Amino acid sequence: MGEIELLKGKAKEIRKNIIKMLGEAGSGHPGGSLSAADIVTVLYYHELRLDPGRPDWPDRDRFVLSKGHAAPVLYAALAGRGFFPEAELMTLRKLDSRLQGHPDMRKVPGVEMSTGSLGQGLSAANGMALAGRLDKRNYRVYALLGDGELDEGMVWEAAMASAHYKLDNLTAFVDHNGLQIDGPITEVMSPEPVSDKWRAFGWHVLDIDGHDIKQIIDALDEAKTVKGKPTMIVAKTVKGKGVSFMENQVGWHGVAPKPGEVEKALAELDAD
Amino acid sequence: MSKKIATREAYGEALQQLGRENPDVVALDADLAKSTKTFDFGKIFPERFFDMGVAEQNMLGTAAGLATAGKIPFCSSFAVFASGRAFEQVRNSVAYSALNVKIGASHAGITVGEDGGSHQSVEDIALMRVLPNMTVFVPADAVETAGAVRAAAAINGPVYIRLGRAGVPVLHGADFQFAPGKAVVLREGLDATIIATGIMVAAALEAADYLAVKGIKAGVLDIHTIKPLDIEAITKVARETGALVTAEEHSIIGGLGGAVAEALAENCPVPMKRVGIMDKFGVSGTPDELLEKYGLTPGSIAKAVEEVVTKKR
Ligand SMILES: Cc1ncc(C[n+]2csc(CCOP(=O)(O)OP(=O)(O)O)c2C)c(N)n1
Ligand SMILES: [Mg+2]
Repeated sequence: MGEIELLKGKAKEIRKNIIKMLGEAGSGHPGGSLSAADIVTVLYYHELRLDPGRPDWPDRDRFVLSKGHAAPVLYAALAGRGFFPEAELMTLRKLDSRLQGHPDMRKVPGVEMSTGSLGQGLSAANGMALAGRLDKRNYRVYALLGDGELDEGMVWEAAMASAHYKLDNLTAFVDHNGLQIDGPITEVMSPEPVSDKWRAFGWHVLDIDGHDIKQIIDALDEAKTVKGKPTMIVAKTVKGKGVSFMENQVGWHGVAPKPGEVEKALAELDAD
Repeated sequence: MSKKIATREAYGEALQQLGRENPDVVALDADLAKSTKTFDFGKIFPERFFDMGVAEQNMLGTAAGLATAGKIPFCSSFAVFASGRAFEQVRNSVAYSALNVKIGASHAGITVGEDGGSHQSVEDIALMRVLPNMTVFVPADAVETAGAVRAAAAINGPVYIRLGRAGVPVLHGADFQFAPGKAVVLREGLDATIIATGIMVAAALEAADYLAVKGIKAGVLDIHTIKPLDIEAITKVARETGALVTAEEHSIIGGLGGAVAEALAENCPVPMKRVGIMDKFGVSGTPDELLEKYGLTPGSIAKAVEEVVTKKR
């Protein structure tokens, strides 16, 4: 099997774990977890230089999930990579679990930044990238933002700073699924034209299909060749991707599937 | 008490000293480096200084990221913006994960003066004190400021240091040891104790002198650490002198007065009065005019002591 096929298989496992853990938790955010599944899969199974046995390794690459409500996709990837036992995924959102509703860096090995309050992750990623440069370490920093999250002013403060400080060790993604909570982003508060905005802020910008593994890999490769600028990968995605009844449905932003729906979703993912 | 030094000046110098000793110390500012006094740090250590522009939220978030990688970032802006504009960044990106970020907030209180109420922070102690994991220092003079900066660097976690614009008398000798969380007994009392913080410590000493002439022996307790609060020392003076007056350049709600009242109510209730800003915003004026207008003077502290003494049983 080629690497792409392998990664597709991993993405499917991650999607299935997202559904299972949300079903068990009874609350949480499936839509934005599923839309980001292919990007997060490529990051954790192809791109990031990590050692799950040493989550504090100073030279590790860092990934900041700025859209922290997609915690399930991050937890599934971290468990898959062996940062903690996969069985623990079923404790999501339960009392005394390490797997808080939104990622907590003090609780979960492999979580680089506590997020959940939208708009803050890119600033933290900038700080990590600046520290890497100061310490002459060659780790890279990655971040994933939601398209609704782009409404936050702080994102643009950070965008300005990443370019100002020429953070070419930073690569970020926008999970451009077109939906936020109250509806389509173009109706609620449009951040469009998204790519042009990042370009105007001084970033190297790539537009890709966020579910095409090959395109994600190629974009990440290109980002590493860019000098003097951070790279933003604007990834067109489908919210709820992989589960037909969740796809493009604003209502599946923050509602967990019920037992019957879990079964249906898992069957669909298996059949795919 | 001839020499006056602003605590922000002392902060700038202490930061430079720290920078020389510890290569992990970095400084961030939000386009106010000349006012907050981080400017010289930037001149000496240009690669360790980051001007983030007029973007306080991003400054705090960036500092959080730097801290995750082992840096000790000191962020500076005016107290209004460092604690207020960036409050939720301080809460969620810094304090929630107990990250090693220091906030050197200058121009606190009404002694900002002519810039007026928009720039005079009367609420920052309350905002910072309520956050879990946060340490809050309010130094009274240049010596305490130097100690607070050093102590902040030694603490592994978030620290807020409240600094002023105006020159204030130097109260301590060079041999003063800044012990975080430990109140300093500047004067033993018999009839009442004045518990003061920041620039009001000097005013409290003056008030005690004045009261002594009138036959009232007032102690002075200097609280340079609002959090963790030295409840033991506060309870002790409450028990020994039976009446307290708090004095701060901050709202009487949620700051030193609020903190002391909470501690007293649970441990040793005695008659108490709060001298501070009476739930109001500031206005433009010279620092001295404003201290007079808002009743932050040795005279108003002395008056409060006289009142509270009459309420003793
Ligand atoms: C500061 C902040 N405000 C509000 C929320 C509540 N919230 C959670 S998700 C969300 C919508 C996010 O939309 P988007 O970034 O497009 O996420 P995605 O579609 O990828 O799930 C909102 C408003 C939050 N988490 N943080
Ligand atoms: Mg979206």
